[in-house]
Amino acid sequence: MADIIKKATRESYGEALAELSSEYTDLLVLDADLAAATKTGIFKKACPERFIDCGIAEADMMGVAAGIASTGHKVFASSFAMFAAGRAFEIVRNSIGYPHLNVKIGATHAGISVGEDGATHQCNEDIALMRTIPGMTIINPADHVEAKAAVRAALDFEGPVYMRFGRLAVPVFNDADTYKFELGKGITLREGSDITIIATGLMVNEALMAADTLKAEGINARVINIHTIKPIDRDIIIKAAKETGAIVTAEEHSVIGGLGSAVAEVVTEECPVPVYKVGVNDVFGHSGPAADLLKEFGLSADNIADKVRKALNK
Amino acid sequence: MNDLKKKQLQITACKVRMGIIEGVFNAKSGHPGGSLSIADLLTYLYFEQMNVDPADPKKADRDRLVLSKGHTAPALYSVLAQKGYFPVDELKTLRHIGARLQGHPDMKYIPGVDMSTGSLGQGISAACGMALSAKKFGDDYKVYAITGDGELEEGQVWEAAMFAAHYKLDNLVVIVDNNGLQIDGRITEVMSPMPITDKFEAFGWKVLTMDAHDFDDIEKTFAEAAKTDGRPTVIVQKSIKGKGVSYMEDQVGWHGTAPNKEQYDQAMSELNAQLAALEG
Repeated sequence: MADIIKKATRESYGEALAELSSEYTDLLVLDADLAAATKTGIFKKACPERFIDCGIAEADMMGVAAGIASTGHKVFASSFAMFAAGRAFEIVRNSIGYPHLNVKIGATHAGISVGEDGATHQCNEDIALMRTIPGMTIINPADHVEAKAAVRAALDFEGPVYMRFGRLAVPVFNDADTYKFELGKGITLREGSDITIIATGLMVNEALMAADTLKAEGINARVINIHTIKPIDRDIIIKAAKETGAIVTAEEHSVIGGLGSAVAEVVTEECPVPVYKVGVNDVFGHSGPAADLLKEFGLSADNIADKVRKALNK
Repeated sequence: MNDLKKKQLQITACKVRMGIIEGVFNAKSGHPGGSLSIADLLTYLYFEQMNVDPADPKKADRDRLVLSKGHTAPALYSVLAQKGYFPVDELKTLRHIGARLQGHPDMKYIPGVDMSTGSLGQGISAACGMALSAKKFGDDYKVYAITGDGELEEGQVWEAAMFAAHYKLDNLVVIVDNNGLQIDGRITEVMSPMPITDKFEAFGWKVLTMDAHDFDDIEKTFAEAAKTDGRPTVIVQKSIKGKGVSYMEDQVGWHGTAPNKEQYDQAMSELNAQLAALEG
């Protein structure tokens, strides 16, 4: 087996912005004193005149982004998920969401895998918050290839988009040559008929590993990658519910209001089947190495496989 | 300012005030006090100062206005109607189900509204974004934002104040409507933002003051504001909340209350008398 390449999706974000800077000549990128961490610093290096540091003032940054968008120019506003979706929530809602302005929010350091910084910076609530804003598109890419493609797709899309990126380097499992990003479309990565694992972000790779383990036990799990959490691909979920009869969701986010909730909302209306959720179980995180935290909080292939066995009474 | 021009502006401002009362009365809710305090300012901006065209509300090189104190939408709608963006009669639909004229400005549907506002403290940030955009892309329009004095209690205002000075947004003019009252009482008693001028000066702004109800002073002040020197400009206008309707003037109770029929009749009769005197 070839060596697994790992890369953090925040790196993919910064690289994509820099690469697209010559093509999208009116793109402005805003940050709130975190360019080195969010990786918008890569764009800043490539294109300093179109990089705007807003200082440690996320609320103002979101309002500035709204103003720029109102003049018809493209804009990305970046910070950690905690501050982009959390601190600035109401500005995102009222100054960006309500007027439906064409602002792209690049939120990095999402989830528990922030690691050592601990609970204050581990945002497990951003998807839930952003999902409640009417007209907000939410993209949570699974790896480097998907993240880069998603940045371009977001720029080509007219309307507010919340993009979620991670700090931790994660395996690159998509093939850059064949990968195609389609906004709002889930991707079936493994066919299977016994159960469906629906995952997003860094949990997609864990879901694939879980499916491999389960296969050895005679369980054929379908694996679906949901990169666009809103609007969610209802068809692929309903089809999976009908054909496999049970669903396990996996996300690096609270089990309240995230992917698991979104999937449950679809199936309860259209085709009620059990939905078991792997996610952060309504607790705050704490400091520690990211890899250890992911294990501790059950954000692992092992825990997904366990949930599948439980779901199937095996 | 010559007398004819002044009289014309006073007449328009009086009609704007009538539109405010008409709107709030028909809505049976809304914010007349702070609307009346900015009626002269908005009249001057839309009829003398700003490069705008009601026939082409979205024209790219237009000057922009962000009404950060969005609850005073009745004043903005009334001046837009006077300017010809939509029929004056539409003001009667304010806050009604199915109407464009939402309780707070909605840029998606109302011609002439450049930014959706209402949640206090957010408008100056948006205005900064517009002004920065003009600088970055070589456009020469100006951006105006109107904030309340109580609104200065919102922390985001000062984030934006830092931003505007840092990026030398001298194409931005913020007007603080200093009527001295907020919902819970006098601003100095609720949570004093004073001294307003010193604060903006410390943040690196060019600071001007004016009498909000004197068109000579308004003209002089905007001429001064037009001189750019790399700093954003703030104009602190000393105004009277409820200006033009005797029983509403400087009364905190008229922040967010609609007049009943009797009060409406009195307000309209006072404004009609003012108009008759001006036109007479």
